[in-house]
Amino acid sequence: MAIAEAETQIIGGIAAKFRTCPASGLKIDLAAERLIKANAVASIVFLAIGGLFGLLVALTRWQTVHILPADMFYLALTAHGLDVLLVWIIFFEMAVLYFCSAVLLNCRLATPKLGWVAFVLMIAGAVLANVAVLQGNSSVMFTSYVPMKADPNFYLGIILFAVGALIGCFMFLGTLVIAKDEKTYEGSIPLVTFGALTACIIAIFSIAAGAIILLPTWLWSLGYISHIDTVMYKLVWWAMGHGTQQVNVAAHVAIWYAVAAILLGAKPLSEKVSRTAFLLYILFLQLASAHHLLVEPGLSEEWQIFNTSYAIYLAVLGSMIHGMTVTGAVEAAQRRNGYTRGAFEWLRKAPWGNPAFAGMFLSLIMFGFLGGISGVVLGTEQLNIMLHNTIYVPGHFHATVVAGTTLAFMALTYLVLPLIFQKQVVWPKLARLQPYIFAVGVAGISLFMMGAGTLGVARRHWDIGFADAPMSFSYPAAAHLMLALNGIFAVIASIGGILFVLIAVGTVLWGKPVTAENIVESLGPMPKKQVTDAVSTYGNAGTWHLPGTYILVAVFFLSFVLYYFVNWKYLSEIWPLS
Amino acid sequence: MAIHPPEERIWWNQKVGKDELIWIVIAFLWGVIMFSMMIYWHVVGKQNLSTTAYRIDPAAFEEKTEAFADQFKVREEGDTGIPVVRPPAGGDVYMLARLWQFWPVLELEKGESYQLHLSSMDYQHGFSLQPVNINIQVHPLIEHVLTVTPTETGTFSVVCNEFCGIGHHTMIGRIHVVEKGTQR
Repeated sequence: MAIAEAETQIIGGIAAKFRTCPASGLKIDLAAERLIKANAVASIVFLAIGGLFGLLVALTRWQTVHILPADMFYLALTAHGLDVLLVWIIFFEMAVLYFCSAVLLNCRLATPKLGWVAFVLMIAGAVLANVAVLQGNSSVMFTSYVPMKADPNFYLGIILFAVGALIGCFMFLGTLVIAKDEKTYEGSIPLVTFGALTACIIAIFSIAAGAIILLPTWLWSLGYISHIDTVMYKLVWWAMGHGTQQVNVAAHVAIWYAVAAILLGAKPLSEKVSRTAFLLYILFLQLASAHHLLVEPGLSEEWQIFNTSYAIYLAVLGSMIHGMTVTGAVEAAQRRNGYTRGAFEWLRKAPWGNPAFAGMFLSLIMFGFLGGISGVVLGTEQLNIMLHNTIYVPGHFHATVVAGTTLAFMALTYLVLPLIFQKQVVWPKLARLQPYIFAVGVAGISLFMMGAGTLGVARRHWDIGFADAPMSFSYPAAAHLMLALNGIFAVIASIGGILFVLIAVGTVLWGKPVTAENIVESLGPMPKKQVTDAVSTYGNAGTWHLPGTYILVAVFFLSFVLYYFVNWKYLSEIWPLS
Repeated sequence: MAIHPPEERIWWNQKVGKDELIWIVIAFLWGVIMFSMMIYWHVVGKQNLSTTAYRIDPAAFEEKTEAFADQFKVREEGDTGIPVVRPPAGGDVYMLARLWQFWPVLELEKGESYQLHLSSMDYQHGFSLQPVNINIQVHPLIEHVLTVTPTETGTFSVVCNEFCGIGHHTMIGRIHVVEKGTQR
């Protein structure tokens, strides 16, 4: 039976063409599948462009290489932020939303034609903003803080892109309604779809905030509005800027659960706990705008403390829960598969040769240890005095957005290629190495930028040698060393990134077709089941103990506590301020 | 599995494992501790950002800063032509940020507390005092007043760490800290 053979079904008076996925038995709406492909391809194109700009930035900050002149450096940095922080990630998230709704719910996609309108708007917006940046009169950084003015098309491009993304969000919600209405699934939506719903809700909030600030800013750049308050701009802009990063968090946590489920058969330890943790994201993550306003003039302490802590760290609590439950679900699944010896046989014998698993688990570890801990420290009201606008900040968010989100998206891509594109991953040996190369690179980038940041090095700065400055100043030699190491690890990460793009493009173009016979092996190496699954209805059933998870969580917690208080010690040593 | 609907339809009545509960309680309490830490630092800590700020016209702030510099100028910083200003111990000091300098250079006494007034003439700038590593955002149209107490002598640099255009990386200022009672 040819796998691509589609059947038409009339549901609720509307015809949709489906094919049946041989691996899962799910019906896949071909219209949804085409949109997933288009958005995934667009995302990878912008990852390649944005990643290249990132490499140029890192090689410029390596003082002895210093590859770009000042104007090109600021241009490249603006383009880097725009293309990877916004465009790559949101295109991929559109694919994730369509996948988690239509595919996982066995349903047709709501208004697929509108999906193409969304796609075209997003492409047009991304191209418009990129052209504005490349023309050289919009080197205002991705944050575009007023009163620094970019070309009107820079704002307009982002607005168009956001409108497209907003349409995608509503299509996701529409598909949930259709699935419920047409009873394509039993009971509640899957946890992964619940995570995607979380991402979708936060995305709508974030995009609305973006519209609230970027529309007036666009009008201001055209001369119709005379003044935009600088602090208000930051407050609302970061509701979008940080909000979209929280979309990433919700999306990549959902992907952690998805990859663990697809490859290992992992079940959530408890649906209730994992869903509540997502709910905490919806309720509290959006307060993070305050993280960017901790050393601004005139905001009260109460406002800062409440908001920067996500209302007593309730969103951090959500992430700490996911960190344990995803790890625990993997351990429980592996123990059910028969890897029960000692505390860590389940981890040692995990399918490390499968790039989807390796990428997912490395993303989990690095997001928690590097991104999570540094984020809390950075967002602590007083500690921010030592870290604001230093290169510690990009160090932190490369650990969250690159090591966390991008690596998780790469991991999922290795499953999307066989499942949706129906192509076997080409160059499997390279694919096996790719997540490790990328992870090592990103870990280095994050750590060395954070290290340089603790030494005070400014972010977004072309020359920390101050060669053209009227007064001399030099950061410690260690800071220069760290920026050099940052450059070296950026090269490593770029090799990982280029490999990813080549493998993805190569697979789409030349991958062998996936058939019903080879679909399982096409997903990459799987753990060998040593025992058959006992009848278990949820992850913690059968009273499995999870000693490996307890140990990992304890190590994480100790690192967190130590690092947190070390920073207070550093703070106590700087000049008194009041 | 996480990609399928929950196997138990009434999943919200499912019992939560003890291990998960323990971790949730620990993580929640840790959040409370971190939250309290910020409040605690406002009570006993010595490094808290001032919330005193006023709306001000850039021209008015520039005028105040120039008057301050004229009144307390002691010399010029090298061959830069920028005045070095040494205000009376414990007084008000002004520093303005503009494309692309922090002006003027200050000379402060160790152990004395000063009211530092910061504002920008144009874009946003970043007041990054090095190597102490104090970082404060400077906005136009807002005068931020901080109390700062130098605890060590030496020459300190103020690096701009908010991107402010093509000359951003040349924007640097200076603060000298001297022992109490030394010659002006």
